[in-house]
Amino acid sequence: MASANAGGTPDAVLPPVPNRKSVTGTRKGMAVLFLLPALVLLGALVLYPIGYSVFRSFFDKSGDFTAFGNYKTLFTDDTILTAVKNNAIWVAVAPTLATGLGLIFAVLTERIRWGTAFKLVIFMPMAISMLAAGIIFRLVYESDPDRGVANAVMVGVHDTFAESSAFPQAHPSTESPLKSAGGGAFITREPVSAGTPVVLPLTGVAPDNMPDGAESAAAAKPDPDKVTGTAWQDFTRGEGRGKMNAPDKTEFGYAGIKVEAVKDGKVVASTEAAGDGTFALPEAADGAQLRFPASNFREPYNGVDWLGPTLITPAVIGSYLWIWVGFAMVLIAAGLAGVPRELLEAARVDGANEWQVFRRITVPILAPVLAVVAVTLMINVLKIFDLIFIIPPNSSKDDANVLALQLYNSAFLDKDAGVASAIAVLLFLLVIPVMLFNVRRLRREGRR
Amino acid sequence: MRSTLRTRRAPHHRRTTAKLAAAVVASALALSVTACGGDGDDDGDGGDKGGGKESAAAVELPKLDGQTVSVAAVWGGSERKVFLKVLDEFEKRTGAKVTFVPAQDPIISFLESKVAGGQPPDVAMLPQVGAIDQAVQNKWAKPVGPEAQKQLEKNYAKGWQDLGAVDGKQYGVYFKAANKSLVWYNTKVFENAGAEEAKTWDDFVKTAQTVYDSGVPPVSVAGADGWTLTDWFENVYLSQAGPEKYDQLAKHEIKWTDASVKEALTTLGEIFGKKGFVAGGANGALQTEFPASVKQTFTGGDQPKAGMVFEGDMVSLPISETKAEVGTDAKVFPFPAVGDESPAVVGGDAAVALKDNKGAQALLTFLASPDSAEIWAEAGGFVSPNKSLDMAAYPNDVQRDIAKALIAAGDDIRFDMSDQAPQAFGGTPGKGEWKALQDFLKNPKDVEATQKALETSAAAAYKD
Repeated sequence: MASANAGGTPDAVLPPVPNRKSVTGTRKGMAVLFLLPALVLLGALVLYPIGYSVFRSFFDKSGDFTAFGNYKTLFTDDTILTAVKNNAIWVAVAPTLATGLGLIFAVLTERIRWGTAFKLVIFMPMAISMLAAGIIFRLVYESDPDRGVANAVMVGVHDTFAESSAFPQAHPSTESPLKSAGGGAFITREPVSAGTPVVLPLTGVAPDNMPDGAESAAAAKPDPDKVTGTAWQDFTRGEGRGKMNAPDKTEFGYAGIKVEAVKDGKVVASTEAAGDGTFALPEAADGAQLRFPASNFREPYNGVDWLGPTLITPAVIGSYLWIWVGFAMVLIAAGLAGVPRELLEAARVDGANEWQVFRRITVPILAPVLAVVAVTLMINVLKIFDLIFIIPPNSSKDDANVLALQLYNSAFLDKDAGVASAIAVLLFLLVIPVMLFNVRRLRREGRR
Repeated sequence: MRSTLRTRRAPHHRRTTAKLAAAVVASALALSVTACGGDGDDDGDGGDKGGGKESAAAVELPKLDGQTVSVAAVWGGSERKVFLKVLDEFEKRTGAKVTFVPAQDPIISFLESKVAGGQPPDVAMLPQVGAIDQAVQNKWAKPVGPEAQKQLEKNYAKGWQDLGAVDGKQYGVYFKAANKSLVWYNTKVFENAGAEEAKTWDDFVKTAQTVYDSGVPPVSVAGADGWTLTDWFENVYLSQAGPEKYDQLAKHEIKWTDASVKEALTTLGEIFGKKGFVAGGANGALQTEFPASVKQTFTGGDQPKAGMVFEGDMVSLPISETKAEVGTDAKVFPFPAVGDESPAVVGGDAAVALKDNKGAQALLTFLASPDSAEIWAEAGGFVSPNKSLDMAAYPNDVQRDIAKALIAAGDDIRFDMSDQAPQAFGGTPGKGEWKALQDFLKNPKDVEATQKALETSAAAAYKD
């Protein structure tokens, strides 16, 4: 205000000056002169490229005019369509989740003692570059539970509730009396009879992975009243299979493996093998086929295929949240500090519970801030690039594709400036409504 | 992207070997210095097995005192160091001064800027397949002179000469070769399983079964990198369908829906499609990149994640980052013969003269001679296509075997097919051949859909 007065003084001193001067007393020409450097820069670095991109988007790879050919490509090419679809998912999901989580963290941290410390921790990922964050999450999502934290947790939790079996890799080798029974189970080709010992050879379990009770495999003794047999690893380290389909001294029994006798699809008897692999089934098993149920061979749980084609986009969104929730939280917390306490107190006095206070008072008051955060993130998400460039392995790159990345690929790998320009124009068009929204809101704010 | 990955095989050998080798080279050089002291007339004092001696007789180089020769190559690290040794030797013999110009991939773009700036190097080492063609088309390349031609005819198989020729004119001298038809295996796994090196594809499947029976997944596949999959296919196809069909398919003269492609994919499916054969299953393999696929084969003691890994001689680089020793823990056998012969898919770096002067031609002559090859061969991490090179020059059996297989393949060597294809088909992640073969790895039963996908994207890519 003081400066306005100061500016006004010369006017008062020199009344006859024509209206070529503005309120502050500068000439228009002068104003233009001072604006010129900025205008030139803006024109050369922003307006001209935009215009040229639009122009270039009507020409094909080699520079011939194709009218809307490139735009047609945008909506017919599978890879680009995936990018459009993924961008839609990103814009819908990522800002919403980030704002929601930010709101929750902001409200909660306000009430705990170490709130600031907590906020600091949540905000910290903002200090990491997207590229570095991408590399971190590439490791986090690694499918091997020994390397990827995410899967290590999944496997840890899973194995607490369901143990894996001892013989996940076991399988009948060539010329085996066993065949696959579907679903991972193995069954004898021929029915067995009491009195004739059965051999059930399997291979594929490394000696180090044998259960503790495993001993040297032994041939079962014939017993006229029982079906006896041996289930063992028909393979010796360094020797191969030795005598095929016959237990050798150097081979190990499958201690504790489950054997079932199946007649007409029904289990009539079952047992577990001893340390040397021998087992005996009651006479009821006579004439039945012997089966290793699939539970013997259950593969160890290896966690979730985070970086596979189906989960890759949610996984990358997860890493985005890790970075940006902190940003949302800090802005919302700042807004929260401006919420008048009296209102909350009054509501509480009137008998509103905490949820109602949050839902009916806090959120409505914060609505403008939430909108700012969501819109900012939306613009940010539309041009997401680094994370998607880094995190997905090559095999699922095209499943995680987004427009900004496709733009880069089209321009620098396919060397197709036409399609790349068309993508740029599309991105520009997508950003415009969000920008308009922001501008209008700012104006309204200004008027207030 | 891809050519960076594949052709810029930085140091091939382990560091300790490099040091040793450097010492060997240094001493060899010292000897050759003394030997070359009286240049032409040294006919034989102490016949050391290293560098200079007999080689001094192998090629006669002109005197080039006061001249300078510049050489551009993408090599870095220890590769550059050894190559500088080779150049040192050239300097000593001719008196010319050689400068090394470090280049970036893709080298053609690099040369473009150099030529545009009016300062092309005298000689460039071109690592990409199409690079020689492009250099000739751009009228940069100069044909090799009579001296170098004589060395080429004496020392190189027809196949290698042809690779450096464009329209019947010889331009390139292949100095460094890459053998991409190798199966590396963990010796401990083979010992434990009692498995043997496979000569034929059937043996290979049997070996894989034996390894599987012993409790180790037999094959590590780097499915995340599409180019390893194209190499798998190319080796099977070259051996099964033969070099003629291979050339036709590379030029897209026959379609990918051809019966021979179907046969090759079906054969490949015998490994890819067998439950438990591919380490980590198809999904795991699709997330395994090339270095990881090698490392998981050679770490883990008795229980590595896989027993064998297929790829070229550059596998020794990731191995050097593990505790495994090439030659004892890691050994190699040629890709098994699917048809009559083992395939020989190769790559290599060719020297091409960009200026027509004496120095450039002399350098080509030198590089085509066994003398130059010997220097690098002794240092390790190098395979020479030069058949006159004494096999004793290689520092270990593994390198020797790789070289032997390469020389034995004679004229039936073929360049990597996907490298010859347009990039949109043969070299783009998530597209074309890479994508189709990744889908094939995921579902090896569906040969027909794979062929169709291959043909569709090939048809689109070869058009322009």
